[in-house]
Amino acid sequence: MAYFSQQLINAITLGAIYGLIAIGYTMVYGIIGMINFAHGEVFMIGAFISLIGFMICSLLGIGSAPLAILLVLLLAMAFTAVYGWAIERLAYRPLRGSFRLAPLISAIGVSIVLQNYVQLAQGARPKPGGQIVSGGYNLFSADGFDVRVTWLQIIIVAVTLVLMTGFTWVIARTPLGRQQRACEQDMKMAALLGVNVNKTISLTFVMGAALAAVAGMLFLMYYGVIDFFIGFLAGIKAFTAAVLGGIGSLPGAMLGGLLIGLIEVFWAGYFSSEYKDVAVFAILVLVLIFRPTGLLGKPEIEKV
Amino acid sequence: MPDQNILEVREIATFYGAIQALHGVDLDVAKGEIATLIGANGAGKSTLLMTICGSPRAQSGSIRFDGEEIVKLPTHEIVRRGVAQVPEGRRIFPRMSVFENLQMGATISDPAHFKQDIERVFAMFPRLAERREQRGGTLSGGEQQMLAIGRALMSRPRLLLLDEPSLGLAPLVVQQIFEAIGRIAREEGVTIFLVEQNAYHALRLANRGYVLVNGRVRLSGTGAELLANAEVRAAYLEGGQT
Ligand SMILES: Nc1ncnc2c1ncn2[C@@H]1O[C@H](COP(=O)(O)OP(=O)(O)O)[C@@H](O)[C@H]1O
Ligand SMILES: [Mg+2]
Repeated sequence: MAYFSQQLINAITLGAIYGLIAIGYTMVYGIIGMINFAHGEVFMIGAFISLIGFMICSLLGIGSAPLAILLVLLLAMAFTAVYGWAIERLAYRPLRGSFRLAPLISAIGVSIVLQNYVQLAQGARPKPGGQIVSGGYNLFSADGFDVRVTWLQIIIVAVTLVLMTGFTWVIARTPLGRQQRACEQDMKMAALLGVNVNKTISLTFVMGAALAAVAGMLFLMYYGVIDFFIGFLAGIKAFTAAVLGGIGSLPGAMLGGLLIGLIEVFWAGYFSSEYKDVAVFAILVLVLIFRPTGLLGKPEIEKV
Repeated sequence: MPDQNILEVREIATFYGAIQALHGVDLDVAKGEIATLIGANGAGKSTLLMTICGSPRAQSGSIRFDGEEIVKLPTHEIVRRGVAQVPEGRRIFPRMSVFENLQMGATISDPAHFKQDIERVFAMFPRLAERREQRGGTLSGGEQQMLAIGRALMSRPRLLLLDEPSLGLAPLVVQQIFEAIGRIAREEGVTIFLVEQNAYHALRLANRGYVLVNGRVRLSGTGAELLANAEVRAAYLEGGQT
């Protein structure tokens, strides 16, 4: 029971990070029907900007952890958003209206470029991030085992919850969110009503990148070490999360992220940590076979 | 004294890839009037309305809206100048409520008069008020058409383009829609450019009509003139007085 509870806490933490990345995949897919394979790299860039941000904070002598986290969060979101914007502008927009695979190939190219760029600029070796938040809280003990939730885990889940709530609200209630949904449902009609479609698509990339940046910062704080290659696996897992939840669906991305976290942590905890990634992808294959629209994917019932 | 034209289309050529859909179309719509464009399926009527809105873009020619050249502007900029379209097939956002569809119609308008505008639409189509929370995709065809017109009105357009608003609707609903179109023109002072296959209804309502054949304007005249024209009667009105 104690072991189970501990694994559950760890799984939710990891799932939160995957969920934040998955939102970027799902939103971009929803609006332009394209898998942005460079999104994992955007997450990686976010982690590196966070690393630099924390170094700047310590150089400036900002000792307060909450203040440092807030500053780094804003910094990483802002800079990574610029990356997201630039990628769309340079690598995808010129290909819009081209054949369907063109932006996909372009995305893989962007992904390679970003990996190599960070490898050259930051070095290939893993970079330690230092511990920004330590300590935790012992929930209970059983079977000679302490069930512990760290402050960091609480921060990760809290930040994720706040962002996801805020984000859901933007999509559901604001004019921007409504315009994004309109573009998703009928881009031509949205333009006929005066929506600047290109700008809306840009903003979608910006929002996805900002959330990936937060995931990058949380990942850095959680694992304490990053390298130029972290975007690959995390990206694929978050993509799996998006597909599992139903690509195009926002709550689906969050649910999918949580499920991937659960599968990965429990598989590693109860079976074998070598095969945890295999387990995740086996689930993906099963979902694609038996429920290709994902768990919360939209069924096509509208008459249009 | 010539009327002042709100829309002047000159020598418009539009292509889909290598296929040319419009071969140099010329026509005028005067301020405050109801103009209509009739023609067989595939003549290029929808293409012309969409070209006026910049999507697809004309390959050559000129389109002036209220004196301003708009042929090179992006769609959303054209719309911002006061052109609204009720497109073929209505294109209601299926996963948005009636209310949200109307909000989308108000994308370019001042939020200060949103309430007034939506009240006006609900007064014109009380059915929409009853169904304001229902998803657009689950409305009947007639309700969708009302919503498409209401949505277009939310932007307070000066020129309203309507593409076959009667298509697929029951006769009673068709009558309701045409009454609404007449009222929009008379009471709101909106200029209307109406595309129809239902030539009889359209020509009776219109001050001026054009007949499009294979991407070219073949005939033009007042609604009454075209109704009396032998060629029009033979091609578009035989048995079609529904
Ligand atoms: N998206 C498109 N791609 C290629 N050809 C098209 C497209 N839309 C219309 N066309 C062609 O252009 C011509 C005019 O079509 P359209 O404007 O829809 O006519 P109408 O509205 O008068 O029925 C037709 O020959 C049609 O096949
Ligand atoms: Mg048509």
